Formats: sequence, structure tokens, C-alpha cells
Amino acid sequence: MFSLQDLEKKINSELNTKINSSKINHNQIYVNIDSKDLIDVILFLKNNETTKFRQLIDVTAVDFPQNDKRFKLVYLFLSHEYNSRLILECYINEDEIVPTMTKIYPAANWMEREVFDMYGIVFKDHPDLRRILTDYGFEGYPLRKDFPLSGHNEVRYSEDEKKVIYEPVKLEQDYRNFDYDSPWEGTKYIKNNSKEK
Amino acid sequence: MAKQSKTLNLNFGPQHPAAHGVLRLILELDGEVVEKADPHIGLLHRGTEKLIEHKTYSQAVPYFDRLDYVAPMNQEHAFALAIERILKIEVPIRAQYIRVLFCEIGRILSHILNITTQALDVGALTPSLWGFEERETLMTFYERVSGSRLHANYFRAGGVHKDLPRGLDVDIAEFIKKFPKIIDDLEALLTDNRIFKQRNVDIGIVSKQDALDYSFSGVMLRGSNVAWDLRKSQPYDCYEQMEFNIPVGTNGDCYDRYLCRVEEMKQSVKIIDQCLKNMPKGPIKTLDGKISPPPKKVLKESMEALIHHFKLFTEGYRVDKDELYTAVEAPKGEFGVYLISDGSNKPYKCKIRAPGFSHLQAMDYLIKGHMLADVPAVLGSLDIVFGEIDR
Repeated sequence: MFSLQDLEKKINSELNTKINSSKINHNQIYVNIDSKDLIDVILFLKNNETTKFRQLIDVTAVDFPQNDKRFKLVYLFLSHEYNSRLILECYINEDEIVPTMTKIYPAANWMEREVFDMYGIVFKDHPDLRRILTDYGFEGYPLRKDFPLSGHNEVRYSEDEKKVIYEPVKLEQDYRNFDYDSPWEGTKYIKNNSKEK
Repeated sequence: MAKQSKTLNLNFGPQHPAAHGVLRLILELDGEVVEKADPHIGLLHRGTEKLIEHKTYSQAVPYFDRLDYVAPMNQEHAFALAIERILKIEVPIRAQYIRVLFCEIGRILSHILNITTQALDVGALTPSLWGFEERETLMTFYERVSGSRLHANYFRAGGVHKDLPRGLDVDIAEFIKKFPKIIDDLEALLTDNRIFKQRNVDIGIVSKQDALDYSFSGVMLRGSNVAWDLRKSQPYDCYEQMEFNIPVGTNGDCYDRYLCRVEEMKQSVKIIDQCLKNMPKGPIKTLDGKISPPPKKVLKESMEALIHHFKLFTEGYRVDKDELYTAVEAPKGEFGVYLISDGSNKPYKCKIRAPGFSHLQAMDYLIKGHMLADVPAVLGSLDIVFGEIDR
């Protein structure tokens, strides 16, 4: 039986040029790579006898608007044989096109569609890259941090037109986003102001 | 001259009773044979993940009830475990037992619903009438412990909200004594039923390899003869101390998955029995005042407790900067939470991994070449609930 440490060493030695960093935390391996190596690394993880990550659990992205490379693309893998989990991450630019994994894992199809729907990340050669969870004709990418929580459009049934219509969101009361930070610990905007001075 | 083929496009749902919610399935039919199935989902999309990013950790728990609303507490469990692992909270043993107890009740709730509605989809009405009576009893257990039948909001990071009310353990013990008889009654109606078998045996067969490739989990995986259950392989809370078996199927068809679910209910009864017998006395949530609110009695005497209470219900607790993926064996499969915390009182990102999402994705692969009448049978055995698929 391999330990996670052995597995991490193995991955690092086999793919040493492609791995930016790796660590073990919470009983999972975290591996950071460049987006150009995605296919090579994932093929290795799936097929190598010592890794055998046969199941792609999920694909998702994280938005960091302040970073140069805005999105972090995350692949979660599970190996039944070795009972281990691996989290593969890579940072990508906002307009970067990443290769699809649908050929390697058929399950990636809808998962990548969801990432495209929620973050606007385009997957190259994806067989069916349509929106999946949002409404027909929806615009914008809801899980990006700059997308407002209330959205842009609201839907209601119009008695006059006898159909469901779309209107810009109109709230009786603005969404209240409280600043819970304790003033004794110093709020962010005061810290920022004092830096500028 | 090439043979001219004409296919018919059929809209199945979103308001079809056998669609198990709001599924719009666009079927391409050649006669009665399905050539292609294209599920359109998202009609129940509520933006749960976006909402959770704007709520404190304790405010986010109720959203998990609304995912798979058939077994709400199993979802809360995944979120609570994620926070506990980041904050390294020790959960008291009694709380672990209560959580496992209610997770197994959730599993029975979900499996009763699935078995009986699957039977309903293929033409048997009686099982659903019998099964729903038992679900009602189980939901009153939910109500007595949390105050609501469905959206419990009962699990907390560090334990559960309240201890079991007096007499509940006796009533649950009484229920599980007579429940195996009910399972036998349901089985008498279905297991050897000619019509039920004709509709389910050899329908929607999933091979072992395809089950892995399509990221199946839970019964969908075990039905295809893969012995994999997170309760055994990556045990959480007190599952390690429980004695139970994992049923696996051999053919990977709808009928095997039905048999697996029946057997899992029997195993759940066993686990509940062990929970009730071995449950120790003690606290039901962590005593760390920074995470869980103090008891009301202390609140009136201690200034520190009052401050803790105030801070917890305004600001909430903070979670250190970290990221992890936590999964639990929900009734439908592997339910996971990929949580990124940034040290504030709100999650930076909370991706929810719903088992039904990957199962429904394989609909096209499962149904290709089957008859139109098999669509409800396959849908029924996938055990889909739109709360979790659409999020």
C-alpha cells in the first residue's frame, strides 16, 4: 500500500518539469501545474499504474479578480484502488482557452459546460459547449465575483401581454451587505487609506 | 437511393410526472426506439453557490437542506465536516452518533421515495402509498429534533443544534423494530413481481468501466459491482465503529440498483439500532465558545458567554484561509463540498458536487437504443432530485 507521501514523490519524480508545486493537506494531494500541461498530466494520472485516478469527481473554477491570471481551474480526482484524492489546479488568464477532458473522462462533458456557464471559460474541442444551468438566452457569468448577487433580469408573468416577461431587476430595498469586521481589528478601507497617506 | 429515415423529436417534461421534478428531456425517436436523449436542466437553478458566498458559514447551512430535499441532513453533514476539518474542531462522541443516526434516517427517507416512485413510474401504485406512510413517521422524527419536517437546519460545525428531545430515542427504536416488516411487504409487492421485473431487468445496464468513466457514485456504482462506499473506505464521524455491509449488484441494470437500495435500507436499520444502543451521554456540540453558541442558562450569568453569543449571531465565526474537498456518502452517491475559505466569516467559494449531476449526464448513454417506455424506468433508477442537480 502506498502512502500519500510516496504518491506525491512519485508524481513529482515522473512529471518533475511539469509540476509547479505540490503539497499534502487534509489527506489530499494538491498539485499545481501550467495549463499547457493539462492533458499530459491528466493522462498520466489516469493511466499510470501507481496513481490510477480513474474517477474525475468534479471540475470547477475559482475567480480571483485581483490576480494577473484571473481564474484558477480545479480538477478533483479520486482513485478507488489507492483510496486517495488529488486536487489539480492551474491558473489561467481570463481569455485563455483550455483543452477539454471529455475524451479522457466522458463525465467532464457537463462539468466543463457548467464551468463555461458560470465563469465563461472556453474549452477547446468540447463537443457540446452550451450553457447548462442558466436560463435560455442568459447573458453574463454568474459565479464571477463582479456579477451582482441579484442578477440583471427578473422574470414575471405579465397580465397585459399574457406571457412571461423579462425586466431589469428592481428591488424595493437594496441588498444590504454588512461590514461585519470588528473596528478594533481595523477594517480594510481604513487600512487602505492609511497606506495611501 | 439511400433509405430515408425520419426521426421524431419528443419533449419529455418539464411538467411530466415521471420526470421527477423539472427535467426537460428532448428525445429523438425512431419509431419507439430512442436514438438520442438531450436532458435540459437548470429549470430549478437558484444560484445556491453564489448565495453561499454572500452568507456567513452558519447562514449557509439551510441552503444545503434545499439541495437534495429528500435527505436534507446528509448534505448538511458534508458542509459541517468541511468546516470542522479546516478549523480542526473535535466533535463530541454523542454528536457524532446523533449525526450518523439522522444521516441513516435520511438514507431510508430517500430510498423509500426512490423505490416507490420507480415502481410508480412502471405502473405500481400501492408501494408508494405504503412507503409514504413510513416516510411521514420518519419526518416526524426530523420535526421533533429540529422543528421542521424537511428543511432541518440541524447540523452545525462542531456538532448538532440541540440534543434529542425526551422519548425520541424510544420512538425511533420502536420504529426500526417494525420497519423491516414494512421493507418485506414492499419487497413482496415488487421483488418477484413479473411486471416490475419485465420493466427493470436488463434495462439501463451500466458496465463497471463506464460507471467509473461517467463518475458514478453510490448505488449507481455499486449496482455495477464496484464495492465502494465512502462510509467504509473514507469513514467520517463514527461510521468506523458501526458494523454494516455494503450490497453490490452484478448486472448493473435497473433491477440490481433496486435490490441494492432495498438492502441498504436494511443495513441502515442496523446502523440506527447500533447508534441508539451505543450512544453515550455528553455534550452535543463543541464547547468552544468561538464556534458554537453558549447554552441559554449560561447566557444570563456570564458576560463572556453573552459576548460570544452576540458575536456569533452578528459576525459569525471566522474560518482560516484554507481549501479542501470533503465528501460524504449521501443516499444518492458521493456528495461533496469543495470549500475555499479566506479567513473571513464567509466562504470565498463553495462548490457543491452533486451525485445526480453526473448520473443524469449519462442519460444519453443509458437510454440509447431503448424503447420510449424504458425512459421512466431508467430515470427512476438514476434517483435524481432536481434540487441538487440544478443547485
